Amino acid sequence: MHDKTLAQLSAGLASGEFSSVELTRHFLDRIQRLDATYNAFITVTGSEALQSAAAADARRASGDAVHPLCGVPIAHKDIFCTEGVRTSCASKMLDNFVPPYNATVVENFLAASAVVLGKTNMDEFAMGSSNETSWYGPVKNPWDTGCVPGGSSGGSAAAVAARLAPAATATDTGGSIRQPAALCGISGLKPTYGRVSRWGMIAFASSLDQGGPLARTAEDLALMMNVMASFDPKDSTCLDLEVPDYTTNLNDGIAGLRIGVPKEYFDAGLNPKTAEAVQAAIRELEKLGAKVQEISLPHSGLSVPAYYVIAPAEASANLSRFDGVRYGHRCADPADLRDLYMRTRAEGFGDEVKRRILVGAYCLSAGYYDAYYNKAQQVRRLIKQDFVSAFEQVDMILGPTCPNPAFPFGSKGDNPVAMYLEDIYTIATNLAGLPGMSIPCGFVDGKPVGLQIVGNYFSEARMLNLAHQYQQVTDWHDKAPEGIA
Amino acid sequence: MTIQRSDIEKLAELARIQISEENITATLTSLGNVLQLVDQLQAADTTGIAPMAHPLDAVQRLRPDTVTEPNRRDAFQAIAPATENGLYLVPKVIE
Repeated sequence: MHDKTLAQLSAGLASGEFSSVELTRHFLDRIQRLDATYNAFITVTGSEALQSAAAADARRASGDAVHPLCGVPIAHKDIFCTEGVRTSCASKMLDNFVPPYNATVVENFLAASAVVLGKTNMDEFAMGSSNETSWYGPVKNPWDTGCVPGGSSGGSAAAVAARLAPAATATDTGGSIRQPAALCGISGLKPTYGRVSRWGMIAFASSLDQGGPLARTAEDLALMMNVMASFDPKDSTCLDLEVPDYTTNLNDGIAGLRIGVPKEYFDAGLNPKTAEAVQAAIRELEKLGAKVQEISLPHSGLSVPAYYVIAPAEASANLSRFDGVRYGHRCADPADLRDLYMRTRAEGFGDEVKRRILVGAYCLSAGYYDAYYNKAQQVRRLIKQDFVSAFEQVDMILGPTCPNPAFPFGSKGDNPVAMYLEDIYTIATNLAGLPGMSIPCGFVDGKPVGLQIVGNYFSEARMLNLAHQYQQVTDWHDKAPEGIA
Repeated sequence: MTIQRSDIEKLAELARIQISEENITATLTSLGNVLQLVDQLQAADTTGIAPMAHPLDAVQRLRPDTVTEPNRRDAFQAIAPATENGLYLVPKVIE
C-alpha cells in the first residue's frame, strides 16, 4: 500500500480495497520500523491517527459524500500548530509547547477527514537548507543516508521519499519546499504568496513564508492544494480569491506553451550533470509541443544577498516573541527580567537561529536601516520586475531547482554562506511572491535532480498541468530509493 | 562595512541573546561572512526604485469592529512557565 500515490490511495479507500484503519496501521508500522534510520518525524501521533481513521471509515460506511482525502494519512511539518499535540518547530525553545489551537491548514485537513500520522522534522524555525539545524538531530536522505535531505522541510520530504507518508505539508521561505523535494526525488509546490493561510504556521519571515504540499506526483500535489489553499480572514496577507479545483486541468495538452529558460540559472555555479538532466527534461517538454526560448533575469545574482537582509530582519522581529514568559522554554532561576530574556534565548535557540536574529538586528539597527533593509526592499522590486518582464514573453520559467544534488553531512564547513548559496535558484521566487515547483527529472551519481517550474501569480493549476504532462511521459517520479518500494 | 567586537556586544543586548565570551570571536567571523555577502547589494543601482513590502502590493484589509474571539485565558496560561491569579509571573522588576 505504501508505494501507491495519494490519488491511488483515495481510489482504494473509495472502492473498499482497504480501510483507513488498515492503511493508517500500515504507515504507522513503517514509521515505527524505519524512522530510526531517517529521523523524519519529531512526533508520531499513532493513537490519534487510528481514532481519526476509524471515524473516517465510519463516515465512508454511512454512505455520505466524503472528501477525496477522507481517511488518507498525511504528515504535517512541525511548524503548523496542532491543538493538543506538541509543535516544536525543531527548536529547544518550543520542545514543551503544546498549542491551544490549530493552524488553518491543519483545520482544513481535519475538515476533509484526512488522518495525521505525526509531525515532521525540519531545520530549527525553518532556517536551513540541510536539516542539520534541528534540535532533534538531522534527517537522513533516503537515497543516501550519508547525505542531507535538504531543508528546511527535510522531514516531510524524507517521509514521502521513504514511503512513511504518501504526502506531507511543508513551508517555503527561500526554497524550503522545492530544495528538499529535489534532493529527495519527489514533487513539491510553493504556491503564490497569500494563497495558503499562514495562520498558526510559526512565522520565520512573514513576507516570504508560504505553506505548500510535498508528494510524489503533480496529481497528488493538486489533491493536497485543494485542501491547503483557502481564503482565511485570520491571515491579513491571505488573498481573497476563489480557489480553483487544481485537478481539473491536469490532462490538458501543453502544445504551444511558451517556456523561458533563464541563462543566469545555467551559470558556472551549476553542477554540469545537473544541467544535463534539466536540459533533457526541457527537450522532453519540447516534444510535447512546448515552445522553448532563452530569457534573462538580470538581477538574479542579487537575490541571495537581498534575502539575507530581508529574511533575518523579519526573523529578528518575529522571534522576539520567544521570551520565556508566556510559553516555551524558560531558563532556571533568572536573577532579573533581563537575565531571564538573555539566558532563555541563549539556551533556547540554536546557532543558525541566533546568527539570523543577530544579522536582522544589525540590518535594522539605527544608522543601518537605509543601507541594508531599505536597499534590499528596493532590490526586491528589481527582482520582481525581471519576472514581470519575462512573463510578458513566456508562460512558464524552467531551470534547475538547486545547483547540486544532495551533499554529505557537515560538508558546508563553518562559513554559513556556502549553505546559503544552495538556494540560489529558489530564493528569487519567494522575493517576488511567485509560485514555484520542483519535480524529479533524473539522477546524478545515484542522487535525484529537481526541475524547477516557476509560473506567474496564481498559475498553480497550469504549473501542475505542465508537471503532470511531463510525468505522463517520464517515470523519474516513480523511482524509489533502494529497498523502499 | 566591517563589523567589530563591540557591535556583537551591542547586538547581543538588542536581541536579548547572551553570547558567552568564548563565542564572541566565532560569532564575529560568521556575521562578518554574512555581511560580506549582503554588501553585494550596495553595487545595485536602485535610484528611484520604491521599496517593495508585499509582492502583490496588497494592503491591510479592514474588518467590522466586533468581538469575534472568546476569552481563552485559562488555556493560554496553562502552557506558561509561571502564572498566578491569571497573571504571568516574571522576576521582580520594581524594588
